[in-house]
Amino acid sequence: MTIMEPAGDNARQTLDLFIILLIGSGIILVGVEGWIIYALIAYRRRAGNDGIPPQTHGNNTLEAVWTAIPAAIVIALAVLTIRTIMVQAAEPGPDALRVNVHGNQWWWEFEYPEYGVTTANEIYLVVDREVALTLQSDDVIHGFWIPKLSGKMDVVPGRVNGFKFTPEAVGAYEGQCTEFCGWAHADMRIKTHVVTQEQFDDWVEIQTRDATAEQQESEGARLMVSKTCNACHAIRGTIIQGQEGPELTAFGIRTVIGSNIVANTPENLRAWIQNPEQIKPGVLMPALGLTDAETDTIATFLEGLR
Amino acid sequence: MAVLTGTHAGAAHADHALPTEEYGLWAWITTVDHKRIAKLYLFTALFFSLVGGGLALAMRTQLAVPDNDLMDGGTFNQFFTMHGLIMIFLVIMPINAAFFNFVIPLQIGARDVAFPRLNALSYWIFLFGGLMFNVSWFTGGAADAGWFAYPPLSDDQYSASNGMNYYLVGLGILGTSSIMAGVNFIVTILNMRAPGMTFTRLPIFTWMSLVTQFLLVFALPPLTVAFILLLFDRTVGTTFFQATEPGGDPILWQHMFWFFGHPEVYILILPAMGMISDVIPVFARKPIFGYTAIVFSGISIGFLGFTVWAHHMFAVGMGPIANSVFAALTMLIAIPTGVKVLNWSATLWKASIQITTPMLFAVGFVAMFTIGGLSGMMHATVPVDQQHTDTYFIVAHFHYVLFGGSVMGILAGIYYWWPKMFSRPLSERLGKWHFWLTMIGFNLTFGPMHISGNDGMPRRVYTYPADFGWDLWNMLSTIGAYVTLLSAILFAYMIFKNLMSKEVGDPDPWDGHTLEWSIPTPVPVYNFAALPRVFSNRPFWDSKHPEATEIHDAGTGNGHSTAPLEMPPLYGPPDEHIHMPPPSYWPIILAGGLTLFGFGIIYFLPLAAVGVLVMIGSIFAWAKEPV
Repeated sequence: MTIMEPAGDNARQTLDLFIILLIGSGIILVGVEGWIIYALIAYRRRAGNDGIPPQTHGNNTLEAVWTAIPAAIVIALAVLTIRTIMVQAAEPGPDALRVNVHGNQWWWEFEYPEYGVTTANEIYLVVDREVALTLQSDDVIHGFWIPKLSGKMDVVPGRVNGFKFTPEAVGAYEGQCTEFCGWAHADMRIKTHVVTQEQFDDWVEIQTRDATAEQQESEGARLMVSKTCNACHAIRGTIIQGQEGPELTAFGIRTVIGSNIVANTPENLRAWIQNPEQIKPGVLMPALGLTDAETDTIATFLEGLR
Repeated sequence: MAVLTGTHAGAAHADHALPTEEYGLWAWITTVDHKRIAKLYLFTALFFSLVGGGLALAMRTQLAVPDNDLMDGGTFNQFFTMHGLIMIFLVIMPINAAFFNFVIPLQIGARDVAFPRLNALSYWIFLFGGLMFNVSWFTGGAADAGWFAYPPLSDDQYSASNGMNYYLVGLGILGTSSIMAGVNFIVTILNMRAPGMTFTRLPIFTWMSLVTQFLLVFALPPLTVAFILLLFDRTVGTTFFQATEPGGDPILWQHMFWFFGHPEVYILILPAMGMISDVIPVFARKPIFGYTAIVFSGISIGFLGFTVWAHHMFAVGMGPIANSVFAALTMLIAIPTGVKVLNWSATLWKASIQITTPMLFAVGFVAMFTIGGLSGMMHATVPVDQQHTDTYFIVAHFHYVLFGGSVMGILAGIYYWWPKMFSRPLSERLGKWHFWLTMIGFNLTFGPMHISGNDGMPRRVYTYPADFGWDLWNMLSTIGAYVTLLSAILFAYMIFKNLMSKEVGDPDPWDGHTLEWSIPTPVPVYNFAALPRVFSNRPFWDSKHPEATEIHDAGTGNGHSTAPLEMPPLYGPPDEHIHMPPPSYWPIILAGGLTLFGFGIIYFLPLAAVGVLVMIGSIFAWAKEPV
C-alpha cells in the first residue's frame, strides 16, 4: 500500500511533489535542529560563569530576511501544488473507462455502465487507459483509496464525487476504505486488478454471461433461495436477484472474499458462508446456521460461476 | 487559620488589614482565588490525562501485532474517539486554563482575574462536564463515531448508544466553560494590567494567551451550534445533516466542525508557544529575540487559523478551486510559524544557556514542533494530502504538534512555574530523566507512524493484516507508548514526592524576568502588596540587574531603549487595605444545575427544567452576594 511505488499517473505526480517536500523539509530540519544543538553546546553556561551575555533584543534585517525566505518557499510550493491540482482535476477524456463506485458498510460495489457489469470488492482497470470514477454512498461516508494509483476521495451520501487517473502498470494493487465508517471499517478493503485491454474484454465477457441452465437448476441455486441468500445477493441469469449485498455473478473468478479480507480458497469460502463473523467481525451478513453439507453445496455452486 | 506573613521587599505590615488564606475542603469548594482554581484545573486535567493515556496504551497494545483480537472494533472505536476528546478537551485545554489562571494575573500585576466568581464557575462546569462525558462508559457505550463525529455515522441510525448524546451535551457544556473563561481573561488582560504594562511590555505568555482567548470566544460558538443541530437530528428527527432528506447535508457538519476544529489546533498550541517564549530567554539569560516579531506572528497565526479549516477536507470533493485556495491559505501559516521558530532559535545565539529541565522541555518543543510543522506543509500540498490523509502519517503529524508541541511546552511550563505554584521546584535530577524518557518514548511512538502511514496504513483501524510491511513500525510505536508510560509514572512520583514536602524554596529560583517572580512564595492571597509600576518588558529582571544598563522596550525593535536608564523601583509602599472577593458556593451550584440540565436532555426532559430552575436561582443568589 506504499505511496512510494506509484503505478498510476496521479500517484506518480504526487510522489514527485512529495519528494520535493521531503528534500526541502530535510534541509530545513537539519538546519534548524543543527542550529539549536550547536547553540546548546556552544553557549552552554559553564560552571562558575555568572556573567550576563550580550543583551541582543532582535534584528529587523534578520526578521525581514527570515520572513521573506519562508514566503518565497511558500509561493513556490503553492505554484507547484496548484499546478498539480489542476492537472489531476481535468475532465476525463471520452475514451475513459467509466466505473461507478458505491460504498457500503462494509464492502464496495463497482458498476461498469458501458458494459452492463456489476461486481463487488474487486475492481478491474485497463493499463494505460484513463479511468473516470464516480463515487456514491447510500449509508455513511467512506473513502476510496488505491495508494499506488491515486490519492483518495471520500464517498459521501447525497452527492456524487468523481475523479480520474490512468493506471500505468499491469498488476494487482491493494486499496482500502479510508474514511472511518463504523465497526468493520478496518476490514473494508479493495482489490484492484490492472489488466490489458484484451484481458479486460475477457473479464467483461465472463461478467456478462448468464448462469448456465444447469447452474440455474442446481441444488446450490435452490439452497441459496431456500436459505434466503437471495434476499441480499444477486447472480446474473438466476432468480437470485437481491439488491442489498455484494453481487455474486462470476464469483468463481474472484480472488478474495469479504471485501479483500481473505483469499478465495475453498476452505475460506466455506468458513465464510457458514459464519462470516468469524472472518470479518461486525459484518452485516448473518450466519444462517447451514450444515457442512449445505455449505459445501453452496460453495461448490459459487465456485462454478466462472 | 494560618496568617500570611509574606510581604514585599521586607516592608512591614499590619497583618489584620490584609486578606488571609482559608484552608479545608469547604475553602476549596467555594474558592474564587485564581491560584487555587489553577491548581484545581491542573490536577483535574492530570487525572484525565491518566484516562486518555490509558486509552492510548490499550489501543497501542491492540495494534502491537497484526490480526490481534485483544479488543473488537466496537471497543476500539470508542477508545480512539474518547482518547481524542479527552486529550483535547479534558487535558490540554484545562492545563492551559490552569496556566492562564495562575500566571496571567501574576504576570500583569493584578490581584485576581476580572470576574473571580465567573472563573470558579468555569472550573466547576469543566469538572462536571468532563465527568458527565465519562459517565457514558457505564451507560451502554461511549461515543464511537470519532472525535470529528461525521454524520451520518454519528446519527442515531448508525451510532445507536447514547454515547454520542453524552458527547454532544457534555462537550456543549464544556464549551460554555471555555467561552466564559475566554471572556474573563480577555477582560482581565485588557483592563487589569499594572501601570506601565503596555502591550509592547506584556509578557509573551500573556500575549499568546490573549490571542487564544479570542480564538476560544470565536471558535466555540459555531461548534456549539453544530452540536445542537446534530443533537436535534439524533433526538427529535430533524434532518440538518441527513443526506437522504432534501435540505440536509453531511458536509455542512464538516464545515461547521472544522471551522472550530482548526482554530482549536491553535487554541492548543499558542499557550505552549507563549510558555516557551517565557522559558527560553530566562535560561538563555537574554531577552527574547524579536519580541515584536514573535507577538505579531502569534497574532497572525490566530487570524489565519480561522481561514484554513477546509484543509481537513481536501479529500471530500470540494473541487480544485476550493482546494487550491485553502492550500494557499494553509501554506501562509508556515510564514509566521517559521518566524517564531527562528526567533526562538536566535534567542539561544551567544546566550549563556543553563540547561535546566524546563529549558530542556522548551527546546524539545522547538525541535519536535519543527518536525510537526514541516509535515504540516506536506498536508497543505493537496495531492500529497490526498495520499496521506486518514493514514498514520497524519497521526504522526498532529502528535508531533500536540505532543511534541503542546505537551512538551506544557511540561516546560509546569517545571518552570511549579516553584511559584507549589513553593519548591520539582527535582532537577529526576526531571532530566523524565525529559529523556519522554523524548525517547514520544519519538519511538510517533516517529515510526510516518513510515507506516506512508506505507498506506489507514487510521482508525482496530486491526491490520500481517503482509503489508506495517508490523515492525507498529511494534516500535507500541514499545514507545510503554516508554512514555514509564515517563508518566516517573512524573507522577515526582509530583507526589514534591507535594509531600513542606519545604519553601527560593521565590525567584530561575532569575526570572517577569513580575510573578518578584512576589513571595507561597504567593499571598492578594498577590501584590503594592501594585507594580512597569517600565520594560522584563520588569523584574531589569530591576535586579541595574548593571545591564541596556533596558529594552520592544517597540523600538533593535535594542535601543526608551526606558529610563535609572530604573525606578518596581514597587511603591504596600497598600494599607486590600479588598479581595469573598468566597462563594453559588458557582458550584450553578454548574450543578447545568449538569442536571444536561442529564435531563439525555434522559428525561422535566429534569432539564429542574436544572434550569437551579441555574436561575443560583444566578439570582449570586447577583445578591456582596462583592
